[in-house]
Amino acid sequence: MSFFSFGQSAEIDVVLTDAETRKKAEHKTEDGKKDKYFLFYDGETVSGKINITLKNPGKRLEHQGIKIEFVGQIELYYDRGNHHEFVSLVKDLARPGELTQSQTFDFEFTHVEKPYETYTGQNVKLRYFLRATVSRRLNDISKEMDIVVHTLSTYPELNSSIKMEVGIEDCLHIEFEYNKSKYHLKDVIVGKIYFLLVRIKIKHMEIDIIKRETTGTGPSVYHENDTIAKYEIMDGAPVRGESIPIRLFLAGYEMTPTMRDINKKFSVRYYLNLVLIDEEERRYFKQQEITLWRKGDVVRKSMSSQATIGAQRFEGSASSESALEKAAREDSG
Amino acid sequence: MSDPTVADTRRLNSKPQDLTDAYGPPSNFLEIDVYDPQTVGVGRNRFTTYEVRMRTNLPIFKLKDSIVRRRYSDFEWLKNELERDSKIVVPPLPGKALKRLLPFRGDEGIFEEAFIEERRVGLEQFINRIAGHPLAQNERCLHMFLQDESLDRNYIPGKVRDPEARCA
Repeated sequence: MSFFSFGQSAEIDVVLTDAETRKKAEHKTEDGKKDKYFLFYDGETVSGKINITLKNPGKRLEHQGIKIEFVGQIELYYDRGNHHEFVSLVKDLARPGELTQSQTFDFEFTHVEKPYETYTGQNVKLRYFLRATVSRRLNDISKEMDIVVHTLSTYPELNSSIKMEVGIEDCLHIEFEYNKSKYHLKDVIVGKIYFLLVRIKIKHMEIDIIKRETTGTGPSVYHENDTIAKYEIMDGAPVRGESIPIRLFLAGYEMTPTMRDINKKFSVRYYLNLVLIDEEERRYFKQQEITLWRKGDVVRKSMSSQATIGAQRFEGSASSESALEKAAREDSG
Repeated sequence: MSDPTVADTRRLNSKPQDLTDAYGPPSNFLEIDVYDPQTVGVGRNRFTTYEVRMRTNLPIFKLKDSIVRRRYSDFEWLKNELERDSKIVVPPLPGKALKRLLPFRGDEGIFEEAFIEERRVGLEQFINRIAGHPLAQNERCLHMFLQDESLDRNYIPGKVRDPEARCA
């Protein structure tokens, strides 16, 4: 910040090469506001240009170097000073010198590894951003641009159902079953509660989804529990032999994929909590962890269709056009 | 491996319910009535007793239909025993009404009809809440209170069943 009118300053603008075509994703920031950011996946190239616009045209801008960084970092709210960078790439754009006029610099970070998903939580946040810096003796000029990274998975090979018998001896025995142990974010939890013994007066039953964010290690571990959903599945008193169905659509809730021990700094896990409430408001519950994963919105081009396109290209015939069109149509379907 | 785009939301298969289970009496029948207040004794040594009738089909109770007579201080005894021995949060009793025990009142004090009725309702709510609690059902003091003719205040406190077996 310069208080004097002499001297030169500049504005930096970061523009991605594919700004027109790249999808944006909504993300809630620390203060609760929802904003849209460019969406990237692991391995994708991050390229574009930075425009440096001189504020006072005609005056020279002396600088100690211009660079652009791609950073992935974890910030713990109770330890704000320490940023844990797990990705740190830098490209020098200009050696120390001076700018006589506004200038544009191209940059490309090729096939950048983005191992974790962007996350903003109660006690921790993980973010990726580009930071362009014009270094100067007294104060640097810099501009940050946040991006959002999603980690995608495919349908797991093994996805066993969860089935268990629980209860209180001679009072309440139930058998609960959930059709899977791993659900994607737009999945449906299909299950049932089977009553084997009911000697208490149950008023209703609900299923809650609880998100637990764990930060810190060793002696200072913080758990933040948040009830994401409360869904009543039964109203009234059941008797032995009754089966209560569960059908819970996850797409309606704001959830992230399960994150386990991210860079040894934090975890985000999800639990299904089955709660039975009796006529005296006593609560009986059973918690069970589920794994959440993110499915790609659009079916990403499979290896086989890529190979087909590649093979067709060599032929250079009209049929290669239709193969591309066909693949494009399948992708958007 | 098939990649389904629409989730299968059909219900999971379940065993059909036995008709006697579906239409028979539920296994959680427990009703306790506190009624028929009677004033016993003369002059300063009077006190009120209430009839406590329990009807149940829970196997943990020896008698399926029992009637006993209890006074307010017996309910207090039960509350203290449960607070000491069990881990449950015991619901409150209706008030002790110490003011009503003082002399020179304009009314009948603790023998006032409206007060006795208020107390009766409170005691009934208290005992029903407690008796339905799975952990309280394991305490000897509760069984003695509900089903023994008189309270043996020198009894040996304990559990009716092995507490380890209770919770899964």
